[in-house]
Amino acid sequence: MRLAREIRRKAGVSEVAALMGTPANQEIMLQAGLADEDGVEAGPNDLVLAVEADSQALAFEAIEEAKTFLTQARAGDGGASDFSPSSLVGALAAAPESSLAMISVPGAYAAKEAMDALRSGLHVFLFSDNVSVDDEVALKREAIERDLLLMGPDCGTAYIGGAGLGFANAVKPGRVGCIAASGTGLQAVASQLDALGEGISHGIGVGGRDLSAEVGGLMTLHALDFLSNDPQTEIVALISKPPDPEVLPRIEEALKSFHKPHVVCFLGAEKPGWAETLEDAGHAVAATLKGETYRPDDFFAQAGLKEKIASLKPGGALDGGGVLGLFSGGTLAHESHLILEGLLGDVSWNEDAGRHRILDLGDDRYTVGRPHPMVDPESRAEAILQAEGFGVVLLDLVLGRGSAQDPAGPLARAIKEARGKDRSLVFVASVVGTADDPQSLEEQVRILEDAGVVVLPSNAQAARFAAAVVRPELLEGDGS
Amino acid sequence: MKDLRRKPLRVVNLGLEIFADELRDQNVSVTQVRWRPPAGGKPHLLEILEKLEELDR
Repeated sequence: MRLAREIRRKAGVSEVAALMGTPANQEIMLQAGLADEDGVEAGPNDLVLAVEADSQALAFEAIEEAKTFLTQARAGDGGASDFSPSSLVGALAAAPESSLAMISVPGAYAAKEAMDALRSGLHVFLFSDNVSVDDEVALKREAIERDLLLMGPDCGTAYIGGAGLGFANAVKPGRVGCIAASGTGLQAVASQLDALGEGISHGIGVGGRDLSAEVGGLMTLHALDFLSNDPQTEIVALISKPPDPEVLPRIEEALKSFHKPHVVCFLGAEKPGWAETLEDAGHAVAATLKGETYRPDDFFAQAGLKEKIASLKPGGALDGGGVLGLFSGGTLAHESHLILEGLLGDVSWNEDAGRHRILDLGDDRYTVGRPHPMVDPESRAEAILQAEGFGVVLLDLVLGRGSAQDPAGPLARAIKEARGKDRSLVFVASVVGTADDPQSLEEQVRILEDAGVVVLPSNAQAARFAAAVVRPELLEGDGS
Repeated sequence: MKDLRRKPLRVVNLGLEIFADELRDQNVSVTQVRWRPPAGGKPHLLEILEKLEELDR
Protein backbone atom coordinates (compact mmCIF):
# COMPACT_ATOMS: atom_id res chain seq x y z
CA MET A 1 0.00 0.00 0.00
CA ARG A 2 3.01 2.27 0.55
CA LEU A 3 3.67 1.55 -3.10
CA ALA A 4 0.36 3.10 -4.20
CA ARG A 5 1.06 6.15 -2.08
CA GLU A 6 4.56 6.63 -3.52
CA ILE A 7 3.35 6.33 -7.11
CA ARG A 8 0.32 8.58 -6.53
CA ARG A 9 2.74 11.41 -5.70
CA LYS A 10 4.10 11.33 -9.23
CA ALA A 11 3.07 14.29 -11.40
CA GLY A 12 0.30 13.46 -13.87
CA VAL A 13 -0.86 10.41 -11.93
CA SER A 14 -4.34 10.85 -10.49
CA GLU A 15 -5.17 7.41 -9.08
CA VAL A 16 -3.29 4.25 -8.20
CA ALA A 17 -4.72 1.00 -6.90
CA ALA A 18 -2.66 -1.96 -5.72
CA LEU A 19 -4.74 -5.07 -5.03
CA MET A 20 -4.31 -8.81 -4.87
CA GLY A 21 -6.14 -10.42 -7.81
CA THR A 22 -8.80 -12.24 -5.79
CA PRO A 23 -12.24 -12.63 -7.42
CA ALA A 24 -13.69 -10.10 -4.92
CA ASN A 25 -10.99 -7.54 -5.75
CA GLN A 26 -11.45 -8.16 -9.48
CA GLU A 27 -15.13 -7.32 -9.07
CA ILE A 28 -14.23 -4.14 -7.17
CA MET A 29 -11.80 -3.10 -9.93
CA LEU A 30 -14.40 -3.70 -12.62
CA GLN A 31 -16.97 -1.65 -10.72
CA ALA A 32 -14.49 1.15 -10.09
CA GLY A 33 -13.57 1.25 -13.78
CA LEU A 34 -9.95 0.36 -12.97
CA ALA A 35 -10.08 -2.74 -15.15
CA ASP A 36 -12.17 -4.11 -18.00
CA GLU A 37 -13.46 -7.65 -18.55
CA ASP A 38 -10.46 -8.51 -20.74
CA GLY A 39 -7.92 -7.12 -18.34
CA VAL A 40 -8.68 -9.30 -15.35
CA GLU A 41 -6.43 -12.28 -15.86
CA ALA A 42 -4.60 -12.05 -12.58
CA GLY A 43 -5.03 -14.72 -9.92
CA PRO A 44 -5.27 -14.41 -6.14
CA ASN A 45 -1.48 -14.73 -5.81
CA ASP A 46 -0.86 -11.83 -8.21
CA LEU A 47 -0.57 -8.18 -7.35
CA VAL A 48 -2.60 -6.02 -9.72
CA LEU A 49 -1.51 -2.43 -10.30
CA ALA A 50 -4.01 -0.04 -11.85
CA VAL A 51 -2.93 3.49 -12.69
CA GLU A 52 -4.98 6.44 -13.91
CA ALA A 53 -2.81 9.15 -15.43
CA ASP A 54 -2.96 12.14 -17.77
CA SER A 55 -1.46 10.08 -20.59
CA GLN A 56 -0.70 6.47 -21.40
CA ALA A 57 3.02 7.20 -21.41
CA LEU A 58 2.82 8.59 -17.85
CA ALA A 59 0.81 5.55 -16.74
CA PHE A 60 3.40 3.11 -18.14
CA GLU A 61 6.18 5.17 -16.59
CA ALA A 62 4.41 4.93 -13.21
CA ILE A 63 4.06 1.16 -13.56
CA GLU A 64 7.76 0.79 -14.36
CA GLU A 65 8.59 2.80 -11.23
CA ALA A 66 6.27 0.56 -9.23
CA LYS A 67 8.08 -2.53 -10.50
CA THR A 68 11.43 -1.07 -9.44
CA PHE A 69 9.96 -0.21 -6.04
CA LEU A 70 8.70 -3.77 -5.57
CA THR A 71 12.02 -5.35 -6.58
CA GLN A 72 13.92 -3.11 -4.16
CA ALA A 73 11.49 -3.87 -1.34
CA ARG A 74 11.90 -7.59 -1.92
CA ALA A 75 15.73 -7.38 -2.00
CA GLY A 76 15.66 -5.69 1.38
CA ASP A 77 13.41 -7.99 3.31
CA GLY A 78 15.12 -11.36 2.99
CA GLY A 79 16.83 -13.22 5.74
CA ALA A 80 13.98 -14.04 8.11
CA SER A 81 14.72 -17.53 9.28
CA ASP A 82 12.00 -18.05 11.91
CA PHE A 83 10.07 -21.26 11.42
CA SER A 84 6.65 -20.58 10.03
CA PRO A 85 4.34 -23.41 9.03
CA SER A 86 2.33 -23.24 5.82
CA SER A 87 -1.02 -24.31 7.29
CA LEU A 88 -3.14 -24.17 10.41
CA VAL A 89 -2.53 -27.89 10.95
CA GLY A 90 1.23 -27.30 10.82
CA ALA A 91 0.94 -24.38 13.23
CA LEU A 92 -0.99 -26.47 15.73
CA ALA A 93 1.55 -29.29 15.48
CA ALA A 94 4.30 -26.77 16.30
CA ALA A 95 2.30 -24.91 18.98
CA PRO A 96 -0.37 -27.26 20.37
CA GLU A 97 -1.10 -24.91 23.29
CA SER A 98 -2.54 -22.28 20.90
CA SER A 99 -5.92 -20.95 21.98
CA LEU A 100 -6.93 -18.45 19.30
CA ALA A 101 -6.63 -18.03 15.53
CA MET A 102 -6.36 -14.55 14.04
CA ILE A 103 -7.58 -14.65 10.47
CA SER A 104 -7.09 -11.81 7.99
CA VAL A 105 -6.83 -13.73 4.70
CA PRO A 106 -9.04 -12.62 1.74
CA GLY A 107 -12.75 -13.05 2.45
CA ALA A 108 -13.24 -15.81 -0.13
CA TYR A 109 -10.97 -18.12 1.91
CA ALA A 110 -11.63 -16.78 5.39
CA ALA A 111 -14.75 -18.80 6.27
CA LYS A 112 -13.03 -22.11 5.52
CA GLU A 113 -9.96 -21.20 7.59
CA ALA A 114 -12.17 -20.00 10.43
CA MET A 115 -14.22 -23.22 10.37
CA ASP A 116 -11.03 -25.30 10.40
CA ALA A 117 -9.78 -23.28 13.38
CA LEU A 118 -13.03 -23.76 15.32
CA ARG A 119 -13.00 -27.49 14.59
CA SER A 120 -9.45 -27.58 15.96
CA GLY A 121 -10.76 -26.07 19.20
CA LEU A 122 -9.50 -22.51 18.66
CA HIS A 123 -11.33 -19.28 19.37
CA VAL A 124 -11.34 -17.09 16.26
CA PHE A 125 -10.70 -13.40 15.67
CA LEU A 126 -11.95 -12.96 12.09
CA PHE A 127 -10.62 -9.68 10.70
CA SER A 128 -11.49 -10.58 7.09
CA ASP A 129 -14.54 -9.01 5.50
CA ASN A 130 -16.55 -10.24 2.50
CA VAL A 131 -17.71 -13.29 4.46
CA SER A 132 -21.31 -14.18 3.57
CA VAL A 133 -24.09 -14.02 6.17
CA ASP A 134 -24.74 -17.74 5.69
CA ASP A 135 -21.10 -18.51 6.45
CA GLU A 136 -21.22 -16.18 9.44
CA VAL A 137 -24.23 -18.01 10.88
CA ALA A 138 -22.65 -21.43 10.25
CA LEU A 139 -19.39 -20.33 11.91
CA LYS A 140 -21.15 -18.85 14.93
CA ARG A 141 -23.29 -21.95 15.43
CA GLU A 142 -20.19 -24.12 15.25
CA ALA A 143 -18.40 -21.87 17.75
CA ILE A 144 -21.29 -21.92 20.21
CA GLU A 145 -21.58 -25.69 19.98
CA ARG A 146 -17.91 -25.92 20.92
CA ASP A 147 -18.14 -23.16 23.54
CA LEU A 148 -15.75 -20.95 21.56
CA LEU A 149 -15.79 -17.28 20.53
CA LEU A 150 -16.09 -16.30 16.88
CA MET A 151 -15.24 -12.59 16.79
CA GLY A 152 -16.24 -10.95 13.51
CA PRO A 153 -16.34 -11.18 10.56
CA ASP A 154 -14.91 -7.74 9.81
CA CYS A 155 -13.80 -7.51 13.44
CA GLY A 156 -11.25 -4.73 13.84
CA THR A 157 -10.57 -4.81 17.55
CA ALA A 158 -10.69 -7.16 20.52
CA TYR A 159 -9.08 -7.49 23.94
CA ILE A 160 -8.47 -10.92 25.37
CA GLY A 161 -6.98 -11.29 28.81
CA GLY A 162 -5.31 -7.88 28.66
CA ALA A 163 -3.86 -8.26 25.13
CA GLY A 164 -5.13 -6.05 22.31
CA LEU A 165 -5.92 -7.80 19.01
CA GLY A 166 -6.04 -5.96 15.68
CA PHE A 167 -6.51 -2.20 15.91
CA ALA A 168 -6.33 -1.77 19.66
CA ASN A 169 -5.34 0.98 22.05
CA ALA A 170 -2.94 0.27 24.88
CA VAL A 171 -5.38 0.06 27.80
CA LYS A 172 -4.93 -1.25 31.32
CA PRO A 173 -6.18 -4.73 32.14
CA GLY A 174 -9.14 -4.43 34.48
CA ARG A 175 -12.67 -5.37 35.42
CA VAL A 176 -14.79 -4.05 32.54
CA GLY A 177 -15.97 -6.54 29.91
CA CYS A 178 -17.05 -5.08 26.58
CA ILE A 179 -19.12 -6.57 23.80
CA ALA A 180 -19.02 -4.45 20.67
CA ALA A 181 -20.15 -4.82 17.08
CA SER A 182 -16.90 -3.79 15.49
CA GLY A 183 -13.79 -1.70 15.90
CA THR A 184 -13.74 1.99 16.69
CA GLY A 185 -16.73 1.88 19.06
CA LEU A 186 -14.81 -0.53 21.27
CA GLN A 187 -11.61 1.50 20.89
CA ALA A 188 -13.40 4.69 21.94
CA VAL A 189 -15.03 3.17 25.03
CA ALA A 190 -11.91 1.24 26.11
CA SER A 191 -9.70 4.34 25.73
CA GLN A 192 -12.13 6.50 27.64
CA LEU A 193 -12.36 3.95 30.46
CA ASP A 194 -8.56 3.93 30.58
CA ALA A 195 -8.58 7.71 31.04
CA LEU A 196 -11.17 7.30 33.81
CA GLY A 197 -8.85 4.85 35.60
CA GLU A 198 -10.67 1.65 34.65
CA GLY A 199 -9.32 -1.29 32.66
CA ILE A 200 -10.64 -3.98 30.33
CA SER A 201 -11.02 -7.67 31.21
CA HIS A 202 -12.08 -8.78 27.72
CA GLY A 203 -13.38 -6.80 24.75
CA ILE A 204 -15.26 -9.08 22.41
CA GLY A 205 -15.98 -7.89 18.86
CA VAL A 206 -19.00 -9.72 17.49
CA GLY A 207 -19.12 -8.20 13.98
CA GLY A 208 -21.44 -5.53 12.61
CA ARG A 209 -24.16 -8.00 11.53
CA ASP A 210 -24.47 -9.99 14.75
CA LEU A 211 -27.65 -8.22 15.87
CA SER A 212 -29.30 -8.48 12.44
CA ALA A 213 -32.36 -10.68 11.95
CA GLU A 214 -30.25 -13.16 9.93
CA VAL A 215 -27.60 -13.71 12.58
CA GLY A 216 -29.99 -13.18 15.50
CA GLY A 217 -27.45 -11.95 18.05
CA LEU A 218 -25.83 -15.41 18.28
CA MET A 219 -22.40 -14.18 19.36
CA THR A 220 -23.65 -11.27 21.51
CA LEU A 221 -25.63 -13.75 23.60
CA HIS A 222 -22.71 -16.16 23.71
CA ALA A 223 -20.31 -13.35 24.71
CA LEU A 224 -22.67 -12.37 27.55
CA ASP A 225 -22.48 -15.95 28.73
CA PHE A 226 -18.67 -15.90 28.43
CA LEU A 227 -18.40 -12.70 30.49
CA SER A 228 -20.93 -13.80 33.09
CA ASN A 229 -18.61 -16.73 33.91
CA ASP A 230 -15.43 -14.68 33.81
CA PRO A 231 -14.11 -13.95 37.31
CA GLN A 232 -12.22 -10.82 36.13
CA THR A 233 -15.33 -9.15 34.71
CA GLU A 234 -17.39 -7.11 37.19
CA ILE A 235 -19.45 -5.05 34.73
CA VAL A 236 -20.32 -5.32 31.05
CA ALA A 237 -20.74 -2.65 28.39
CA LEU A 238 -22.69 -3.60 25.28
CA ILE A 239 -21.98 -1.29 22.34
CA SER A 240 -23.64 -1.56 18.93
CA LYS A 241 -26.02 -0.13 16.44
CA PRO A 242 -29.62 -0.94 17.48
CA PRO A 243 -30.53 -4.62 17.14
CA ASP A 244 -33.12 -5.71 14.61
CA PRO A 245 -36.60 -5.46 16.23
CA GLU A 246 -36.83 -9.27 16.05
CA VAL A 247 -33.54 -9.67 17.92
CA LEU A 248 -33.97 -6.96 20.57
CA PRO A 249 -36.34 -8.98 22.83
CA ARG A 250 -33.80 -11.84 22.96
CA ILE A 251 -31.05 -9.45 24.04
CA GLU A 252 -33.28 -7.75 26.62
CA GLU A 253 -34.32 -11.13 27.98
CA ALA A 254 -30.68 -12.22 28.32
CA LEU A 255 -29.80 -8.94 30.06
CA LYS A 256 -32.68 -9.36 32.51
CA SER A 257 -31.19 -12.59 33.81
CA PHE A 258 -27.57 -11.33 33.57
CA HIS A 259 -26.35 -11.14 37.13
CA LYS A 260 -23.59 -8.51 36.70
CA PRO A 261 -24.17 -4.76 36.28
CA HIS A 262 -24.27 -3.71 32.63
CA VAL A 263 -24.42 -0.60 30.46
CA VAL A 264 -26.16 -0.68 27.09
CA CYS A 265 -25.30 1.73 24.27
CA PHE A 266 -27.22 0.98 21.07
CA LEU A 267 -26.32 4.07 19.03
CA GLY A 268 -29.51 5.55 17.62
CA ALA A 269 -31.89 3.74 19.95
CA GLU A 270 -33.23 5.57 22.98
CA LYS A 271 -34.52 3.97 26.11
CA PRO A 272 -34.42 5.09 29.74
CA GLY A 273 -31.23 3.78 31.29
CA TRP A 274 -29.41 3.24 27.99
CA ALA A 275 -26.37 5.37 27.17
CA GLU A 276 -26.94 7.68 24.23
CA THR A 277 -23.31 8.08 23.15
CA LEU A 278 -20.06 6.12 23.42
CA GLU A 279 -18.84 8.75 25.88
CA ASP A 280 -21.93 8.32 28.04
CA ALA A 281 -21.36 4.55 28.01
CA GLY A 282 -17.80 4.95 29.35
CA HIS A 283 -18.89 7.41 32.05
CA ALA A 284 -21.85 5.24 33.05
CA VAL A 285 -19.58 2.21 33.50
CA ALA A 286 -17.07 4.15 35.61
CA ALA A 287 -19.86 5.71 37.72
CA THR A 288 -21.60 2.36 38.29
CA LEU A 289 -18.33 0.84 39.51
CA LYS A 290 -18.12 3.65 42.06
CA GLY A 291 -21.70 3.03 43.14
CA GLU A 292 -22.84 6.29 41.57
CA THR A 293 -25.36 7.18 38.88
CA TYR A 294 -24.12 9.02 35.81
CA ARG A 295 -26.13 11.90 34.40
CA PRO A 296 -24.74 13.56 31.25
CA ASP A 297 -24.23 17.34 31.37
CA ASP A 298 -25.97 19.62 28.88
CA PHE A 299 -23.11 20.23 26.45
CA PHE A 300 -24.55 23.50 25.15
CA ALA A 301 -25.03 24.99 28.61
CA GLN A 302 -21.35 24.80 29.61
CA ALA A 303 -19.58 28.01 30.59
CA GLY A 304 -17.35 29.66 28.01
CA LEU A 305 -18.64 27.72 25.01
CA LYS A 306 -20.32 30.71 23.40
CA GLU A 307 -17.17 32.81 23.74
CA LYS A 308 -15.00 30.01 22.40
CA ILE A 309 -17.16 29.66 19.29
CA ALA A 310 -17.35 33.44 18.81
CA SER A 311 -13.54 33.62 18.87
CA LEU A 312 -13.34 31.13 15.98
CA LYS A 313 -15.50 33.31 13.74
CA PRO A 314 -14.04 36.80 13.97
CA GLY A 315 -16.79 39.39 13.69
CA GLY A 316 -19.36 36.66 14.20
CA ALA A 317 -19.99 36.44 10.46
CA LEU A 318 -21.33 33.12 9.27
CA ASP A 319 -20.87 32.21 5.63
CA GLY A 320 -23.71 29.70 5.58
CA GLY A 321 -21.37 26.78 5.11
CA GLY A 322 -22.34 23.47 6.67
CA VAL A 323 -20.51 20.67 8.46
CA LEU A 324 -18.30 18.24 6.55
CA GLY A 325 -17.33 15.17 8.57
CA LEU A 326 -14.28 13.28 7.28
CA PHE A 327 -14.00 10.12 9.34
CA SER A 328 -11.67 7.15 9.59
CA GLY A 329 -13.71 5.24 12.20
CA GLY A 330 -17.03 3.75 11.04
CA THR A 331 -18.75 3.81 14.42
CA LEU A 332 -17.47 7.32 15.12
CA ALA A 333 -18.85 8.48 11.75
CA HIS A 334 -22.17 6.83 12.53
CA GLU A 335 -22.39 8.42 15.98
CA SER A 336 -21.59 11.87 14.57
CA HIS A 337 -24.20 11.42 11.87
CA LEU A 338 -26.86 10.64 14.47
CA ILE A 339 -25.90 13.60 16.65
CA LEU A 340 -25.73 16.08 13.76
CA GLU A 341 -29.06 14.94 12.29
CA GLY A 342 -30.62 15.51 15.71
CA LEU A 343 -29.20 19.03 15.89
CA LEU A 344 -29.09 20.23 12.29
CA GLY A 345 -31.70 18.25 10.36
CA ASP A 346 -30.69 16.53 7.14
CA VAL A 347 -27.11 15.30 7.04
CA SER A 348 -26.07 13.20 4.05
CA TRP A 349 -24.14 9.93 4.55
CA ASN A 350 -21.28 8.97 2.21
CA GLU A 351 -22.61 11.27 -0.49
CA ASP A 352 -21.02 14.27 -2.14
CA ALA A 353 -24.23 16.23 -1.76
CA GLY A 354 -26.11 18.26 0.82
CA ARG A 355 -25.20 21.17 3.08
CA HIS A 356 -24.09 18.88 5.92
CA ARG A 357 -22.23 15.69 5.06
CA ILE A 358 -20.60 12.79 6.85
CA LEU A 359 -18.12 10.70 4.90
CA ASP A 360 -16.87 7.46 6.42
CA LEU A 361 -13.61 7.29 4.47
CA GLY A 362 -12.94 3.82 5.82
CA ASP A 363 -16.01 2.53 3.95
CA ASP A 364 -15.34 0.08 1.11
CA ARG A 365 -16.32 2.64 -1.50
CA TYR A 366 -13.41 4.92 -0.53
CA THR A 367 -10.77 2.24 0.01
CA VAL A 368 -10.67 0.50 -3.38
CA GLY A 369 -7.00 -0.31 -3.85
CA ARG A 370 -5.91 2.12 -1.17
CA PRO A 371 -5.14 1.73 2.49
CA HIS A 372 -7.73 2.41 5.18
CA PRO A 373 -7.47 6.02 6.43
CA MET A 374 -6.58 4.75 9.91
CA VAL A 375 -3.46 3.18 8.41
CA ASP A 376 -2.62 5.91 5.93
CA PRO A 377 -3.86 9.46 6.69
CA GLU A 378 -3.06 10.75 3.16
CA SER A 379 -6.55 10.15 1.71
CA ARG A 380 -8.05 12.33 4.41
CA ALA A 381 -5.37 14.96 3.91
CA GLU A 382 -6.44 15.07 0.24
CA ALA A 383 -10.12 15.33 1.21
CA ILE A 384 -9.32 18.22 3.58
CA LEU A 385 -7.68 20.15 0.75
CA GLN A 386 -10.80 19.68 -1.35
CA ALA A 387 -13.17 20.92 1.38
CA GLU A 388 -14.59 24.13 -0.03
CA GLY A 389 -17.76 25.98 0.89
CA PHE A 390 -18.09 24.40 4.34
CA GLY A 391 -18.21 26.16 7.71
CA VAL A 392 -16.71 23.31 9.74
CA VAL A 393 -14.65 20.24 8.99
CA LEU A 394 -15.19 17.56 11.65
CA LEU A 395 -12.54 14.84 12.11
CA ASP A 396 -11.77 11.81 14.21
CA LEU A 397 -8.29 10.51 14.94
CA VAL A 398 -7.85 6.92 16.05
CA LEU A 399 -4.54 6.00 17.66
CA GLY A 400 -3.35 2.62 18.85
CA ARG A 401 -1.58 -0.43 17.48
CA GLY A 402 -2.22 -0.91 13.78
CA SER A 403 -2.96 2.79 13.18
CA ALA A 404 -0.59 5.16 11.39
CA GLN A 405 2.59 6.20 13.23
CA ASP A 406 1.70 9.89 13.07
CA PRO A 407 -1.89 10.35 11.91
CA ALA A 408 -2.02 13.99 13.04
CA GLY A 409 1.03 15.10 11.02
CA PRO A 410 -0.31 14.81 7.44
CA LEU A 411 -3.74 16.10 8.55
CA ALA A 412 -2.18 19.12 10.27
CA ARG A 413 -0.19 20.00 7.14
CA ALA A 414 -3.33 19.83 5.00
CA ILE A 415 -5.32 21.82 7.57
CA LYS A 416 -2.71 24.60 7.63
CA GLU A 417 -2.81 24.76 3.83
CA ALA A 418 -6.63 24.79 3.76
CA ARG A 419 -6.78 27.50 6.42
CA GLY A 420 -4.22 29.52 4.45
CA LYS A 421 -6.77 29.68 1.63
CA ASP A 422 -9.89 30.11 3.78
CA ARG A 423 -9.37 31.60 7.24
CA SER A 424 -13.03 31.18 8.17
CA LEU A 425 -12.93 27.36 7.87
CA VAL A 426 -13.14 25.84 11.37
CA PHE A 427 -11.60 22.43 12.13
CA VAL A 428 -12.98 20.35 15.00
CA ALA A 429 -11.67 16.95 16.07
CA SER A 430 -11.57 14.32 18.77
CA VAL A 431 -8.84 11.77 19.37
CA VAL A 432 -9.36 8.17 20.45
CA GLY A 433 -6.23 7.10 22.25
CA THR A 434 -4.44 6.50 25.52
CA ALA A 435 -1.26 7.77 27.17
CA ASP A 436 0.43 4.41 26.45
CA ASP A 437 -0.43 4.23 22.75
CA PRO A 438 2.60 4.12 20.44
CA GLN A 439 1.68 7.51 18.90
CA SER A 440 1.43 9.47 22.21
CA LEU A 441 -2.04 10.92 22.71
CA GLU A 442 -0.70 14.17 24.14
CA GLU A 443 1.63 14.76 21.20
CA GLN A 444 -1.06 14.01 18.58
CA VAL A 445 -3.48 16.45 20.26
CA ARG A 446 -0.74 19.09 20.37
CA ILE A 447 0.00 18.70 16.63
CA LEU A 448 -3.69 19.22 15.81
CA GLU A 449 -4.06 22.19 18.17
CA ASP A 450 -0.93 23.82 16.74
CA ALA A 451 -2.60 23.62 13.32
CA GLY A 452 -5.58 25.54 14.75
CA VAL A 453 -7.89 22.54 15.30
CA VAL A 454 -10.35 22.65 18.21
CA VAL A 455 -9.84 19.27 19.91
CA LEU A 456 -12.73 18.05 22.08
CA PRO A 457 -12.53 15.24 24.65
CA SER A 458 -14.95 12.93 22.81
CA ASN A 459 -16.46 12.24 19.41
CA ALA A 460 -19.94 13.23 20.63
CA GLN A 461 -18.68 16.55 22.01
CA ALA A 462 -16.82 17.29 18.77
CA ALA A 463 -20.04 16.72 16.77
CA ARG A 464 -22.04 18.97 19.11
CA PHE A 465 -19.37 21.67 18.98
CA ALA A 466 -19.36 21.51 15.17
CA ALA A 467 -23.16 21.85 15.15
CA ALA A 468 -23.00 24.90 17.42
CA VAL A 469 -20.49 26.62 15.13
CA VAL A 470 -22.87 26.47 12.17
CA ARG A 471 -26.03 26.88 14.25
CA PRO A 472 -25.32 29.24 17.17
CA GLU A 473 -28.99 29.15 18.26
CA LEU A 474 -28.15 25.83 19.88
CA LEU A 475 -26.25 27.83 22.49
CA GLU A 476 -29.38 29.77 23.43
CA GLY A 477 -30.98 26.59 24.72
CA ASP A 478 -33.76 26.50 22.14
CA GLY A 479 -32.27 24.05 19.65
CA SER A 480 -31.26 21.00 21.62
CA MET B 1 -13.66 -21.98 27.14
CA LYS B 2 -11.53 -22.09 30.26
CA ASP B 3 -8.33 -21.50 28.30
CA LEU B 4 -8.96 -17.84 27.32
CA ARG B 5 -9.94 -16.80 30.81
CA ARG B 6 -7.33 -18.64 32.82
CA LYS B 7 -4.39 -19.49 30.56
CA PRO B 8 -2.11 -17.08 28.71
CA LEU B 9 -3.27 -16.24 25.20
CA ARG B 10 -1.43 -18.12 22.42
CA VAL B 11 -2.21 -17.15 18.87
CA VAL B 12 -1.96 -18.68 15.40
CA ASN B 13 -1.94 -15.86 12.84
CA LEU B 14 -3.17 -16.44 9.29
CA GLY B 15 -2.77 -13.32 7.19
CA LEU B 16 -1.39 -9.86 7.96
CA GLU B 17 1.93 -10.22 9.77
CA ILE B 18 1.55 -6.82 11.40
CA PHE B 19 -0.98 -8.42 13.75
CA ALA B 20 1.57 -11.04 14.80
CA ASP B 21 4.20 -8.35 15.42
CA GLU B 22 1.77 -6.36 17.56
CA LEU B 23 0.96 -9.39 19.69
CA ARG B 24 4.65 -10.23 20.14
CA ASP B 25 5.17 -6.64 21.32
CA GLN B 26 2.64 -7.45 24.05
CA ASN B 27 4.55 -10.64 24.97
CA VAL B 28 1.90 -12.89 23.45
CA SER B 29 3.24 -16.07 21.85
CA VAL B 30 2.33 -16.18 18.13
CA THR B 31 2.81 -18.74 15.36
CA GLN B 32 2.67 -17.09 11.94
CA VAL B 33 1.32 -19.25 9.12
CA ARG B 34 2.84 -18.72 5.67
CA TRP B 35 -0.61 -18.64 4.17
CA ARG B 36 -1.25 -19.03 0.43
CA PRO B 37 -4.64 -19.45 -1.23
CA PRO B 38 -5.43 -23.19 -1.26
CA ALA B 39 -5.47 -24.95 -4.64
CA GLY B 40 -3.49 -22.04 -6.09
CA GLY B 41 -6.60 -19.90 -5.65
CA LYS B 42 -8.48 -21.74 -8.41
CA PRO B 43 -12.16 -21.79 -7.39
CA HIS B 44 -13.09 -25.11 -9.10
CA LEU B 45 -10.12 -26.96 -7.55
CA LEU B 46 -10.97 -25.45 -4.18
CA GLU B 47 -14.52 -26.75 -4.50
CA ILE B 48 -13.21 -30.27 -5.22
CA LEU B 49 -10.89 -30.07 -2.19
CA GLU B 50 -13.76 -28.99 0.04
CA LYS B 51 -15.91 -31.87 -1.19
CA LEU B 52 -13.08 -34.33 -0.49
CA GLU B 53 -12.74 -32.89 3.03
CA GLU B 54 -16.47 -33.29 3.62
CA LEU B 55 -16.20 -36.94 2.55
CA ASP B 56 -13.29 -37.37 4.97
CA ARG B 57 -15.44 -36.18 7.83
